[in-house]
Amino acid sequence: MDFKTFLHAGSNRRAMLKGMGVAAVGFSLTGALAGCGEKEAAKLANGEAAKLNFYNWDTYIGETTLEDYKDSAGVDVNMTLFASNDELFAKLRAGNPGYDVIVPSNDFVERMAAADMLVEIDKAQIPNFKNIAPEYQDVPYDPARKYSMPYTWLALGIGYRKSKVKSVPDSWKVLFDSDEYKGRIAVLSEAGDMFRLYGKYLGKSVNGLTDADLKMIEAMMIKQKPNIKSFHEDNGQDLLLKGEVDLVLEYNGDIAQIMSEDPDIGFAIPKEGSQLNSDNLCIPKGAPHPKNAHAFINYLLDAEAGKKITETILYPTPNAAAKALMPDDYKNNPVIFPPASVLAKCEYAKFNPELQPKYEEAFTRVRAA
Amino acid sequence: MQDWESQKKPFAAVATAPVFWLALFFIAPMTIVWLYSFGQNAGPADIDISGTLDNYKRATEWLYLSIFLKSLAVAALTTLICLIVGFPVAMAITFAAPKWRPWLLLGIMLPFWTNLLIRTYALMALMGTNGYMNKGLGGLWEGASWLRTLVGMQPLEAWTPVQLLYNNFAVVFGLVYVHLPFMVLPLYSALDRLDKSLIEASLDLGAGHFKTFMQVVVPLAAPGIVAGVMITLIPALGAYLTPDLMGGTDSQMIANVIERQFKRANDWPFGAALSFLLIYAMFILIALQSMRSNKVKEAR
Repeated sequence: MDFKTFLHAGSNRRAMLKGMGVAAVGFSLTGALAGCGEKEAAKLANGEAAKLNFYNWDTYIGETTLEDYKDSAGVDVNMTLFASNDELFAKLRAGNPGYDVIVPSNDFVERMAAADMLVEIDKAQIPNFKNIAPEYQDVPYDPARKYSMPYTWLALGIGYRKSKVKSVPDSWKVLFDSDEYKGRIAVLSEAGDMFRLYGKYLGKSVNGLTDADLKMIEAMMIKQKPNIKSFHEDNGQDLLLKGEVDLVLEYNGDIAQIMSEDPDIGFAIPKEGSQLNSDNLCIPKGAPHPKNAHAFINYLLDAEAGKKITETILYPTPNAAAKALMPDDYKNNPVIFPPASVLAKCEYAKFNPELQPKYEEAFTRVRAA
Repeated sequence: MQDWESQKKPFAAVATAPVFWLALFFIAPMTIVWLYSFGQNAGPADIDISGTLDNYKRATEWLYLSIFLKSLAVAALTTLICLIVGFPVAMAITFAAPKWRPWLLLGIMLPFWTNLLIRTYALMALMGTNGYMNKGLGGLWEGASWLRTLVGMQPLEAWTPVQLLYNNFAVVFGLVYVHLPFMVLPLYSALDRLDKSLIEASLDLGAGHFKTFMQVVVPLAAPGIVAGVMITLIPALGAYLTPDLMGGTDSQMIANVIERQFKRANDWPFGAALSFLLIYAMFILIALQSMRSNKVKEAR
């Protein structure tokens, strides 16, 4: 199977559920999670019942991964879905309702670690950690991978319609500080991401913004607002595909997906650098099956299992062993794996409890202006 | 009807379950959120209820008040359009042949049974730049252009799609679409009870159709109008899905701001304060209405 065929087959979680997340559509059945089927499940050698509760994004696992795992380890994985990190956090903040493995993004790993909601991972139980590429084995948001194992990573950039732009939009200027594409631009509605990327455009670190910077960026945003068509809820790829807009601020994985449907779509990470995101496997405090959770995470980091997951979800994988098994048109795709020179200028956003409400309030002012 | 005061035991038997339900699942959680509004964040997942009024101070800053007023204006406009559109519809159903009435009512209620999200996405597919409305209009435009060439005139310029989505028009349109049944149903139930001989009498005694409508039908339908306005205005004021999905860069309503406090900003105390300001405003609306209806009763 080549890359394009499975691009069509796979749909990704950000495409569907995040857009709908605004409606607070929850598909998870938390109440039924804790007790169900516990009695009839057989005991494993490690003393735990052969059950595992996995809380994941939609379409964010290989098509057969859970069945394969049941066949090899004999553990029933009960997967329920969440649509946004906020939903995940809200569910767990009042206590773990019974999840064993969760998939928070990098800033939420920090936030949940700060709130003492995560179990320290015992690396002795995860030998497949060696499959992870070295740059993801130690990351600023979780030094030495104390609480999290990497699952995927992403970079923000500009998706565009090739026939409608004069040149490749390789600077944030076209989105943030220019009326060249007036009324044909959609940017993210996530206040924090927007302020940090404006900071990047101004040559600052995404984690080094001061109150004066926020004031300046707010004024720039208000000035740019008439040129923007929509603040999208992370469904920018749909707007681009439908022809609603010609330039969109989105994640590389999302744009890579629609590029196979429409050859007129391109993607660029601006030369000023961008923001990286990463989704991670974690074990929340109070997990009923912590040993199974470790074993399951270890299985997901396996080369062959990782390859099957990547074939379905098509996000950049931090799993070097799995990447090596993928076809060339995935491995060498510059959208999925931007060149190292570009990535060198990209940063992870740190969780910052003081700044987040300020970003939100400033963005509310921008929208109200 | 028996008075509950003289029949206390049966009344208590009937009322216990709903009162218990209301206390456990409405009053208790709302009290917790109300207490949050006097607190502050003490950590990513902890709220310290310190009795501070800072959240309310922030919530009554001009920034949030202006968003609040804008939401009220959008909701009021939505309600007005619903009333103007809904009244003739309710009249038509009332005066339709009895065998048609259930079907017409079903036509009003049918969209009501479909999930709001599905209806909004369907509307977006219709109104997009390359949506069916624009395709239809484009087809008509080209047809007109072709007709002009037939009679030897210059063809029209190329069709440019109309911007229907991602602006305040789209938000009001979407809200009217969603809330119309809320208006039509109470209007219908008021008009249905109206004694039609009064209309005949008015017409026989020389009043015109418009005068009959304004001086006979509208006053008699007033309870239905008030009920329709209240149950349209209040949900419209708290709408957040429609402005989020169909609105443009300046279409945020107060509910969107509240949603962001509970989710992205993780500032539950402030979100709680904003929510309760909205709830207080609705209480005032309802109190004004019940005072008004009491006055009407006394006057009679």
